[in-house]
Amino acid sequence: MKRVAVVIAAAAFAVALVGAMLEIGPAAIDLRGLVMQHLAESGVGHPVTAVLLNFRGYDTLLEIAVLLLALLVILAVIGDSRAAPPRAAHPVLQTLARLATPPMVVVAVYLLWAGAFRPGGAFQAGALLASAAVLLHLVGLLPAWNPPGSRLRIGLAAGFAVFLSIAAALLPQGALLKYPVETAGMLILLIESSLTISLGLILAGLFLVLSREDGSS
Amino acid sequence: MSIAFDLMLAFSLLWSAWGAMTAPRLDRAVVLFIAFGLLMALAWARLSAPDIGLAEAAIGAGLTGALLLDAYGALRRRRTEP
Repeated sequence: MKRVAVVIAAAAFAVALVGAMLEIGPAAIDLRGLVMQHLAESGVGHPVTAVLLNFRGYDTLLEIAVLLLALLVILAVIGDSRAAPPRAAHPVLQTLARLATPPMVVVAVYLLWAGAFRPGGAFQAGALLASAAVLLHLVGLLPAWNPPGSRLRIGLAAGFAVFLSIAAALLPQGALLKYPVETAGMLILLIESSLTISLGLILAGLFLVLSREDGSS
Repeated sequence: MSIAFDLMLAFSLLWSAWGAMTAPRLDRAVVLFIAFGLLMALAWARLSAPDIGLAEAAIGAGLTGALLLDAYGALRRRRTEP
């Protein structure tokens, strides 16, 4: 009896959801047209990159801040515990990982560069770099990060720091992250390069810092 | 042709999502989750949003899948060692 009531309620909810979806009218603002119209001023040729790093740059600024904050919290929670040295995997796996890593780095750089005019960009490139680090860690070639050293810390913070300092330097122009048209492309490339390195380190850090705990068991 | 592909994609998405949630064995659930991520990336590409597809494949399927697999391995080691 109770189950029948649940099924009926769920079905009614589903019907209401479908009805609501059908009721949605056309968008009030033609965002796609607006983006395409101003694409030439953005400094890049791909609309998604233009929105992420130029028109709505502060979204991306806050995203990298949130990711950095997540890693800082993990570092704070874990404290000073030490990891055991990594277990070496089978030599075949190690060789495969060694062979796979250089192409992954090349593809990451390509994705970063391609982001200016086709799908790609800093997040995808950073995720690829992080995957390479995770791969090396899993086969025992890359040790876990026993409290990260100063160079690693600089790398972790670099993306956010570069982004924030460019935003601060452009603030006198009157709006947050409003690039001058002639230097927009170069500024975006600078931001994206530092973002890629930091994102790679942060995403890999979520893995390499957390995995210290299971290494000690 | 493409509608058949889309229908198959939608069905496999639902199937892998259901499997990832209800699989009794954790390793099976994790593998189904990774498969779901890859199918989702394909679905984004079909919806002509290759940017989201790339991010989903790299972060959703790749990194999260590796994290989940690693967590599963750690859980299993902890269960067998003491």
